[in-house]
Amino acid sequence: MATLLQVKNVTKSFGSVIANNDISFEVAEGEIVALLGENGAGKSTLVKSVFGLVRPDQGEIFIDGNQMAPGDTAAVIASGVGMVHQHFKLVPVMSVTENIILGDEPKNGLFVNVKKAEQKVRELSEKFGLEVDPTANIEDLPVGTQQRVEILKALSKDVRLLIFDEPTAVLTPQETDELILVIKNLAHLGVGVIVITHKLREVMALADRVVVLRDGKVVGTTTPKETNEAGLAQMMVGRSVVLEVEKGVANPGKPVLTVKGLEVFDDRNLRAVKGVDLEVRSGEIFGIAGVEGNGQRELVEAICGMRLRAKGEVLVSGAATKDMHPHAVHEAGVSHIPEDREKHGLVSSYSISDNLILNQFDQAPFARGWFRNMGEIRKNADLLVKKFDIRTTSPAALASSLSGGNKQKVVIARELSQDLQVLIAAQPTRGVDVGSIEFIHKQLISARDNGAGVLLVSAELDEIISLSDRIAVMSAGKIVAIIDSKGADRDYIGRLMAGLDK
Amino acid sequence: MLRLQAVGAVINMMTTALRSRKSLYFYIVVIAIAFAYSVNSVSTVAVAASSITFGLPLAMAAMVGIMCERTGVVNIGIEGTLLTSAFFGFFVAALSQNLIWGLLAAIASGAVTGLLLALLTVSWKMDQIIAGTIVNILATGLTSFFYKQGYSLPAIFPRWSIPGLSDIPFLGRVFFQSGPITYFGLILIFVLYVAMYHTAWGLRTRAIGEYPSSAETSGISVKKFKYINVVIAGAFGGLTGAYLTLELVGSFDRGFSAGKGFTALAIMIFGRWNPIGALLAAIFFGFAQALANQLMIDGLVAIPGPFINMLPYVLTIVVLAFSAGKVRGPAAAGQPYEREQA
Repeated sequence: MATLLQVKNVTKSFGSVIANNDISFEVAEGEIVALLGENGAGKSTLVKSVFGLVRPDQGEIFIDGNQMAPGDTAAVIASGVGMVHQHFKLVPVMSVTENIILGDEPKNGLFVNVKKAEQKVRELSEKFGLEVDPTANIEDLPVGTQQRVEILKALSKDVRLLIFDEPTAVLTPQETDELILVIKNLAHLGVGVIVITHKLREVMALADRVVVLRDGKVVGTTTPKETNEAGLAQMMVGRSVVLEVEKGVANPGKPVLTVKGLEVFDDRNLRAVKGVDLEVRSGEIFGIAGVEGNGQRELVEAICGMRLRAKGEVLVSGAATKDMHPHAVHEAGVSHIPEDREKHGLVSSYSISDNLILNQFDQAPFARGWFRNMGEIRKNADLLVKKFDIRTTSPAALASSLSGGNKQKVVIARELSQDLQVLIAAQPTRGVDVGSIEFIHKQLISARDNGAGVLLVSAELDEIISLSDRIAVMSAGKIVAIIDSKGADRDYIGRLMAGLDK
Repeated sequence: MLRLQAVGAVINMMTTALRSRKSLYFYIVVIAIAFAYSVNSVSTVAVAASSITFGLPLAMAAMVGIMCERTGVVNIGIEGTLLTSAFFGFFVAALSQNLIWGLLAAIASGAVTGLLLALLTVSWKMDQIIAGTIVNILATGLTSFFYKQGYSLPAIFPRWSIPGLSDIPFLGRVFFQSGPITYFGLILIFVLYVAMYHTAWGLRTRAIGEYPSSAETSGISVKKFKYINVVIAGAFGGLTGAYLTLELVGSFDRGFSAGKGFTALAIMIFGRWNPIGALLAAIFFGFAQALANQLMIDGLVAIPGPFINMLPYVLTIVVLAFSAGKVRGPAAAGQPYEREQA
């Protein structure tokens, strides 16, 4: 097979941070290359250099043997490179067709030929088996369909090399399986594919070749045949990693969190939680599996007092909690690792030490009357940074300077460093690298073993199955089944999530 | 072929507008005008014609805001653009005794204010509100400093009666006995509408205003687009300034633009960032002023002059108060665009 892309000795630094250090690799026609690495290993920067969105400091990039001028996105696109971005590059208020033709509009004189464009989208959609409605507005489509549009947008430009940046981060297990088929089909048609990911299972299922990055350098190249998930994880992190969660037998006690007949409305004022009853006991991890957008977010927010409870009640250790008072719910003994850490978990323009006391700033020892006790705040920060292995130059640094995994560690350190009866963890390992995932899982289990009731909500089915003691499956705003995690069947749960089995 | 398509697009737009639920308002207005005309034809024609006269500069200035915000640049410097271009339009025309030179000078100086705004916001990524304020302060300062009394224009742009059309009762007097910049400005507003929604330029512009990295990753230079659009918008603002001094008033004074640039922003919001919407909103503003003037002239109501003059500003406050939070503008307007984070 002919070589499609050659990356030679690419180096790129941002300030004093070297994101890419002398990286070289190649992609051939019809080959699927996985770029594997932890968050911050330099994968995204590397493909942005290839795509011309970032100007490398040094190094050369060849497509079909032609050297590309650095930073010339239009030329890269013209030579047949497409990219499916992690954060979709779609305009929400525009139609599917408008988004796909943007930058390469079929014209009729001065005017955009909308009919021809829609026809083109329909043809593409049929050719690659990616079904979309060309006239739908992006903001009305589910995430999986939006990704389909993003793929079609890339394919609309006669691509020969397609780059996927963390394509499965937002997908359900079924959508992920579908995407893997789509990618394999593309490779079969001769398209070279680069997939950026940190999910080992997908790499094993998908890649012809794996290029592993660590700290901005290529630390190895291998194939799925030559290695296994543990081997890949070791290359990626640089030490051996325990992928299987090790946990002892649960020792459940009294119910600490009881939800009775809860009904909640979402932002569009539709009923998202339709009568949920559940009970989390001390010393157990109670997992909620489900495709995202089936009411999990609204359920968690209602429990934590962040969203109005239309009906029903939430009891902590038998005592009813106040509606719409997050602080009071927290005082009652509920700690919360929120799904959106940037929005609800942290104030990114505050220092790490301030973020570590965000919900206790007004309490002793962090406050003396009206004044903050800076000494105690600093002491607390030093302690937690060490204990939770938060990688930072200083606790006084801004939270925004941290990587995703370390930001999450700040949230977890804060929530677990106080007395708690209930821990609510929503998507606790989203966008977090393998090394940190292992650490976060251990923390959740130790919270359980210390007698807290843990309510775990995650879109990662494997995470739910491996961590939980009991699993509730949520579909269309209801809990459709509660099963024991021992011997839980992945396919069965997947069908329940899709609302197929009752 | 092209012309046919443009005409087709406009007709299409108008017929759908007439069929929509909002057309009810249109019919009410037509009936009200017909009734008023039958009672007092002179005053009705005067009010309708003045609605266009007062409304047009606001509509044109609102186009400046629309073009800029649709590309993601908030432009509160429209006031400065109007003032600068009116100044240059007047003095170049007065010194050369030639209206055409004045017109060109006004357009060029408007474009320069656009270039300044683009430089500050796109290249230097300055806060857009502060950048707009700089344009305004600069315009006020320079035009006041260099202002000299005792100059006058040779004439103002004459009205052109369009043969045939100007004889139509009511409509002829309202629309077809105007000056050249009025015709040109009205045509440009329709051109802008068609361009915004039916051309590649419009699609790209709107994409940049909503989500610039979607455009960048499609191989479009966001920076280049913003520069071009903000400068063209400035030139359009220059045309508006020329209209004010060379066609409408015929003189220039300190603070001549009298807040029209800010009223234009309210009109832009009222018209939901849509050129036709803004045109209608501007005519409504013009109508309110024209009606009040006429009532005063006819002696029907004894409203003191200062209150009449307050009207555009009061309307601006009312419109903004009622539309705030309800309408959604271009999502990325006001945010500087950083390419490296794409």
